[in-house]
Amino acid sequence: MRRHASAIAVHAILGLYTLLALFPIVLVVMNSFKAKRAIFNTPLRPPLPMNFDPVGYTKVFGDSSLPLYYLNSITVTVGTIFLTLLFGAMAAWALTEYKFRWNTLLALYLSIGIMVPIRLGSVAIIQLVAELNLINTLTALVLVYTAQNLPLAIFILSEFIAQIPRDLREAARCDGLSEYNIFFHIILPLIRPAMATVAVFTMIPVWNDLWFPLLLAPAGGKQTITLGVQQFLGQYITDWNAVLAALSTAIVPVLLLYVIFSRQLIRGLTSGAVK
Amino acid sequence: MAEVRIENLRKSFGAVEVLKDIDLTVEDGSFVVLVGPSGCGKSTLLRSIAGLEPVSGGTITIGGRKVNDLPPAQREIAMVFQSYALYPHMDVAANMGFGLRFARTPKAEIEARVAEAARILQLEPLLKRRPRELSGGQRQRVAIGRAIVRKPQVFLFDEPLSNLDAALRINTRVEIAKLHKLLAATIVYVTHDQVEAMTLADKIVVMNQGRIEQQGKPLDLYYRPANLFVAGFIGSPAMNFIAGQVTQGGIDLGPDGAVTLAGLTAAAVGSRVTLGIRPEHVRIADGEGGLRLSATVELVERLGEAGYVHLRLPSGTVAVAEIRGETSLRTGDRTSLALDPTHLHLFGPDGRRMV
Repeated sequence: MRRHASAIAVHAILGLYTLLALFPIVLVVMNSFKAKRAIFNTPLRPPLPMNFDPVGYTKVFGDSSLPLYYLNSITVTVGTIFLTLLFGAMAAWALTEYKFRWNTLLALYLSIGIMVPIRLGSVAIIQLVAELNLINTLTALVLVYTAQNLPLAIFILSEFIAQIPRDLREAARCDGLSEYNIFFHIILPLIRPAMATVAVFTMIPVWNDLWFPLLLAPAGGKQTITLGVQQFLGQYITDWNAVLAALSTAIVPVLLLYVIFSRQLIRGLTSGAVK
Repeated sequence: MAEVRIENLRKSFGAVEVLKDIDLTVEDGSFVVLVGPSGCGKSTLLRSIAGLEPVSGGTITIGGRKVNDLPPAQREIAMVFQSYALYPHMDVAANMGFGLRFARTPKAEIEARVAEAARILQLEPLLKRRPRELSGGQRQRVAIGRAIVRKPQVFLFDEPLSNLDAALRINTRVEIAKLHKLLAATIVYVTHDQVEAMTLADKIVVMNQGRIEQQGKPLDLYYRPANLFVAGFIGSPAMNFIAGQVTQGGIDLGPDGAVTLAGLTAAAVGSRVTLGIRPEHVRIADGEGGLRLSATVELVERLGEAGYVHLRLPSGTVAVAEIRGETSLRTGDRTSLALDPTHLHLFGPDGRRMV
């Protein structure tokens, strides 16, 4: 009975939180389908046939540059995830598996990145990127985001790699696998759930970021979607239909990525390896 | 198959020496079992042979080739781990053929070798299953199969049966013995179970604190243990030890009495010794005699056709005697025990066997 009551309480709290978290998103999606007058007059009402107006969407998809901005965002996010996972897993493997002289110090150095916000180094990053002639390129964004996300990725993946039984790696060594093959054929398949977790953590801030696109790639057709949306926000006039429609469509790619990664979050992948 | 020769092998972890001057020869095609208490270095020795543990000194030769600096893969060994260490994301066939795939063995040959190993180990119906869908015994057979397909020079087993339940352990033990005959394989096998050691081994190596205490045929170790440690380690229940002092024509056991014993040299008179005798060579017998001691019954264990009586001697030493059939003895009974003179072991003050 008591158990039942506490389960209800937990679900009530979670449900309330879900409502709170979803409210702004629902509001954005709802209003993106409404006429401008209805957005201002009745912002909390769902779109009705009388005030339904897809003008925002026609504007967004009619604008020739917006699909390009979507593509830029996707390229940057996917590129960052790929590099973060690859280098993160490699570094985590090296730091957990091999005992070398500066091992602990290097691990500490890398974990400092978790504590210090990368934006503090923005000026230096701009200088560096400018000197490398990477201003207004997606490469600059991918590199900066990879650097930003590597520390946490290494931290999480190290923990998971440390949990892979030592016997498995040694069995592979006896089987004649090179260290690279052990990494790619034993370790990577076994930390897939952890990599999916890291991918989700990495992807959302990168997708939503406005700071670095504004600093490093504000022009030249290299804007990301978050930056691209800004063109509808004017000093005097804001095209709310277009802004809301752009934001609503911006949810879709990241949602798709999330679905892909969350399917990898299978627990008990290592069961059966060792008793 | 090949011979393994280990000379002056040393291994330290920092200041701690875990292997001290190990000399051991594993003859071609023989089954050598390393036994000893936890932490005696037997697993470290096995892992050194495998190449998973770098050594601090000495040489390891496999098939006439010095392998000290070779990685495990080039030593032509195969290891079966206590935890089985199967690759969880691959089915049984892939697990067994995995090593060969990276050795660029032709696909047809991999399949043939996997099929052959599966036939020997009766794994054919399980080839498409994942490790998590197998029972403990099946996993262990897959782990052995993975070793077989590589056709190694030497098989290394690290406590392969300790995760199995009692019945399965006996079955698998018999299978390993058969496999050894079938493959004429050179095997080094680590265990702490002395029944496994006694039944499987051509040669048992008893280790303690990083040293080899004694090596030899199982029954030689049983009947002629070289020192107190081996005497106490081999045999279950353990050998009884009674402390005493050599006198003219016998041994004075202090409050427990005295035993007469021929063949002691005069030089030994006065030295402290330990008398050892196995429970099956101690009989419960009332009356007096040259090799009789009086004792109080502490506990009677009845196992059916045999049993063990735990007896407390006047000095406080506890001795165990094996009995056959039923007994009317109860806790607290006073009785006496007779020692079989042909099976007495005598160990000197340094723990070594005295003739």
